[in-house]
Amino acid sequence: MTTTSWASRPLAGWGRYPIVEALCARPESQLQTLNAFNDRQGDAMLAHGFGRSYGDAALLSEGRVVLTRRLKKMLAFDEVSGVLQVEAGVTIGELIEVFLPRGWFVPVVPGTQFVSVGGAIGCNIHGKNHGHAGCFGDHVRAMEVLLASGEVVRCSRKQHDDLFWATIGGMGLTGIILNAEIQLQAVQSGAIDMESIRFNNLDEFFQISEESTGYFHTVSWIDCVKGGAQMGRGIFMRGRHASAQQAATLSEGPLERVVELVQRALDGRVFESNMLLNRATIRLFNEAYYHKHPAGEHHSVVGYQPFFFPLDAVENWNYVYGKRGFLQYQMVVPEREAVRDILKVISESKMASFLAVIKEFGDQDHGGLSFPCAGTTLALDFPNFGEPLLKMMDRLDALVAEVGGRIYLGKDARLSAEMFRRMYPQWEAWREVRDRWDPQGVFQSDLSRRLGLTPA
Amino acid sequence: MTVLILGATSPIAQAVADVYAAAGCSVALAARDVEEARRAASDLTIRYGVEAQGFAFDACDAFEHHSALVSEVEEALGPVDVALVAFGFMGDQQASEEDFEKARRVIEVNYTGAVSVCEAVARAMESRGAGSIIGLSSVAGERGRASNYFYGSAKGALTLYLQGLRNRLASKNVHVMTVKLGFIDTPMTFELETGIPVASPQKAAKAIFNAQGRGVETFYYPRFWGGIMGVIKSIPEKMFKRLSL
Repeated sequence: MTTTSWASRPLAGWGRYPIVEALCARPESQLQTLNAFNDRQGDAMLAHGFGRSYGDAALLSEGRVVLTRRLKKMLAFDEVSGVLQVEAGVTIGELIEVFLPRGWFVPVVPGTQFVSVGGAIGCNIHGKNHGHAGCFGDHVRAMEVLLASGEVVRCSRKQHDDLFWATIGGMGLTGIILNAEIQLQAVQSGAIDMESIRFNNLDEFFQISEESTGYFHTVSWIDCVKGGAQMGRGIFMRGRHASAQQAATLSEGPLERVVELVQRALDGRVFESNMLLNRATIRLFNEAYYHKHPAGEHHSVVGYQPFFFPLDAVENWNYVYGKRGFLQYQMVVPEREAVRDILKVISESKMASFLAVIKEFGDQDHGGLSFPCAGTTLALDFPNFGEPLLKMMDRLDALVAEVGGRIYLGKDARLSAEMFRRMYPQWEAWREVRDRWDPQGVFQSDLSRRLGLTPA
Repeated sequence: MTVLILGATSPIAQAVADVYAAAGCSVALAARDVEEARRAASDLTIRYGVEAQGFAFDACDAFEHHSALVSEVEEALGPVDVALVAFGFMGDQQASEEDFEKARRVIEVNYTGAVSVCEAVARAMESRGAGSIIGLSSVAGERGRASNYFYGSAKGALTLYLQGLRNRLASKNVHVMTVKLGFIDTPMTFELETGIPVASPQKAAKAIFNAQGRGVETFYYPRFWGGIMGVIKSIPEKMFKRLSL
């Protein structure tokens, strides 16, 4: 009666590299999730939300995958404190849609609103406000996790705190997160009062960054093609949630409506081609993007979508990279000078990054295999140029590890186990806790096998 | 307005509940998995600010409880204006051929259980002279096929039953709607590999909501299934036997 339906499905992260064939179940209820777990017939298992991590963090080629996207019930909400309990398949976008009209915002949001709460916890995502608000996990008060033993256990900072710690930033390897309690952030409006400043090189970036610590949100686009004196030029964006009065000035004109309609009709899949993004077009794009912004500082009030989720405007934009897919390289280094070395390697490599983002993190000392640490983070999107790209990334790994930095596992598809151990010295402490809760290694991913976190 | 959803944990049922809750209706969610029904009720209350409650309901275990359920729901949330019979069970055709108990389960959930609870709802609505009953039937009930005739015949019988009920209640101002569903993206079709487009439960739910509002009596969803079934029904039996559909 309760046997689970399993179907083989192609599964990929947002970078569409790699793509694997995976045996999947798609439960509609908590009971069906437990049934799927019990019906796994001794195979390894992994939860998969919306496939918005980039590489193989949410893939499991030999094993069984539980698709969590239909597990999206909101279970409890306290209107006074803003504490919300939701199932792990609810997206950040749904949270904003439901709670922004009531004066609440999600305390930490990534660059897309189409991630699940479970994925946000597993990758312990960060946003533009890392210096002020930390990671998503810092706002999680408790979770219920389906463990390798088949039990459902509630954990928090007081209850099974080791499991709580290892699950936040645990890449889904401690169990299946069923639901979580999140502290929402009170806001007057969803609009952002923002300033954008063009900078000519990396030194200017660091200077503006230092002057911007009073701003809640900061992020910059950076031109990674340009070398020489203008290496590291870009546009710095900083802002805070606007007051209700400021938000009232934000009106949508007919032009914005038309643009919105066009964007809604656009789908990246139409443009799927390996030819579209090459060195020439990427150089052109970066040049145009830089010059589109006038020199100096500009002030505006914008909606939360263009500020936080500009790329969500075009559905499936990842297809624009073609069938080969793309890789994102996101790293953080505690020293600023290392950023310069890294940019040099990239601009000299002749492999251009279409989109690059730079920002400075605040302190972070919490959660499993969490990525952020105090320093500068750079995120670069590369079309999958194949072997030369992978070789360059290996070179970057060495530079990053050398200065005590690391790369983001939620974006990774190719890091070596050896490099991983250098970058994440806390891995042993994490593994010890994980092994305590999952001694047989039931929960695995292609990433965990590659990094030697679970048996290959 | 109060809506009663029977078999409330299926994706189509949940999507229909969403649409009615978004329109401001109170929602009673009845399901075998009452814990999940309660979770679904919390979800509707939080998202839409409507009253919602979960109720324990089993299509087959105790038919005599079906009337009691309707009374319980009406006591808690007021008279039921719209009732959706959303539960269904595909079963395993081959296992059903080998073991009649399995076939019987398919027949009882899809037909006997549905009829029992429809009767309970119909009595309440008939006495008030108002209401709308929606039955989710299937295109599988349009023609007996070797690959799913237990499920198909039970759904076919349900279609006929709803037709009869519609005629009985027509003079009592009670609307009865039969929805003949094709492929919807649910657990029933999850394993299916087909070139025919599979519709999302959300789109199906909107179509059901709109059709109920307009007083439609019978419709196919997705619509093109009307055409497909027209063709399939017109194939002579002699030929149909050789098609192994």
